[in-house]
Amino acid sequence: MPMILVQNASFRYDGREVVRELDFSVERGDYLCVVGENGSGKSTLVKGLLGLKSPASGTIAFGDGLSAREIGYLPQQKDTQRDFPASVMEVVLSGTLNSLGLRPFYTKKQRGLAMEQLGRVGMDDLKNACFRELSGGQQQRALLARALAATQKLLILDEPVAGLDPLATQEMYRLIEEINRAHGVTILMVSHDIHAAVQEAKHILHLENRQLFFGTAADYRNSEVGRRFLDSADCVGSAQNGGWADRAV
Amino acid sequence: MIQLLLEMLSYPFLVRALTVGLLVALCASLLGVSLVLKRFSMIGDGLSHVGFGALAIASVLNVAPLYLAIPVCIAASFLLLRLSESTRIKGDAAIAMLSAGSLAVGVMVVSMTTGMNTDVYNYMFGSILSLSKEDAVLSIVLCALVLVLFVLFYPRLFAVTFDESFARATGIPTSAYNAALAVLSSVTVVLGMRMMGALLISSLVIFPVLSAMRVGKRYRTVTILSAVIAIAGFLIGMLVSYAYEAPSGASIVCVNIALFLLFAVAGGVLNAVRKN
Repeated sequence: MPMILVQNASFRYDGREVVRELDFSVERGDYLCVVGENGSGKSTLVKGLLGLKSPASGTIAFGDGLSAREIGYLPQQKDTQRDFPASVMEVVLSGTLNSLGLRPFYTKKQRGLAMEQLGRVGMDDLKNACFRELSGGQQQRALLARALAATQKLLILDEPVAGLDPLATQEMYRLIEEINRAHGVTILMVSHDIHAAVQEAKHILHLENRQLFFGTAADYRNSEVGRRFLDSADCVGSAQNGGWADRAV
Repeated sequence: MIQLLLEMLSYPFLVRALTVGLLVALCASLLGVSLVLKRFSMIGDGLSHVGFGALAIASVLNVAPLYLAIPVCIAASFLLLRLSESTRIKGDAAIAMLSAGSLAVGVMVVSMTTGMNTDVYNYMFGSILSLSKEDAVLSIVLCALVLVLFVLFYPRLFAVTFDESFARATGIPTSAYNAALAVLSSVTVVLGMRMMGALLISSLVIFPVLSAMRVGKRYRTVTILSAVIAIAGFLIGMLVSYAYEAPSGASIVCVNIALFLLFAVAGGVLNAVRKN
């Protein structure tokens, strides 16, 4: 059984169908990119996978030793976090909560785990830094470390490069790729950046309030829907680059 | 100053006021850390106005004020939480509507029955004479609950405050924490508004944490500092109020404003020093 198996699932909000005909699977070690326009159902799907919203029909099943609580999540950044007083260590430690059990406080084990993840994203020297004073790229890396502290199996990344400058974006993609390749962590990433998606990911899931495409990145490039979307992204690509930060809210 | 404090402690009603006030200030500042950081500051303000309406109605119906005001405020806090979790702008407007509405209803009810007497005035601007033994007991219980929540659930509370969707995804029952915050905030506001006044109580929730955030860079520092600032602000405010025969609520708020300015300057200086 694959790690995630979604069969004929649909999601509704207030009786209105947001996305339907979801039929795909994610294998261990996979790198899946979910693409589509705004409001195409990407974020709804993420909520469904995280168990924050149950499907109106169809099923979402986890297999291959994955339980619903072993999903690391990198949410879209909220503006409330921009002035939040917290050290990087405090943020990353909060990712280890699911390993705390009934104990009220963090132990050496959690601290060690948090330090290890900080090392993986190259932030160990910034563990005492103030989160709100970091650059956008560093903040995302800290949040990536928090997600890794929660799990070593599956990461769900919601627009991880939204609002980052080109250099930080590249660094973020490099890190995600390394985490996927070297550490075998399965990646499911939601993205606007279609060109990066086909370049980075192994599989593509294209949503347009229903599933338009699911398959390998290479097949997507040659498919009609893929070509159409890649071309249209070329036309508005530069405009979109500037618009991400606003859209991410 | 110590002599002044000793003199105050020789009045039994002032001892009670100091006890209740200190505990409420401590609770308000701790809950305030979560409320302010979660962008729920307005809820504290909304609750105090709802509390005023409830107290006014209670005094007209001749019901013990706390027994009516606390349940009404708890119900209102759940409503306010839900409102602010839905679409943001609508929630803001709804809180303002509920605040002004409850205040108006309270004033109407009172003026049509007993008339605008000192009771109403006290509810609006606070009076240390209005505190009963029951208030003292309730504030001790409340304070114990808040401290338990903040100490034993500290890591989880941080997670829920910092990033609710991540916390939910890792299996923390975030709605239970929000409910606990709502209930404890309601009781704090009702207890505190009799001393501070409906129009001033939200300052106890908001000022200490904002002052602490000027200098604190960590969540833990901000939490502890916020509690210390709240206690200091309350004590200094009471001393000022006693020495100059000023209303206690307003004195405490003014001291908190002064502390905020002090910490803002200190924060600026610290940042400048760190950069060099």
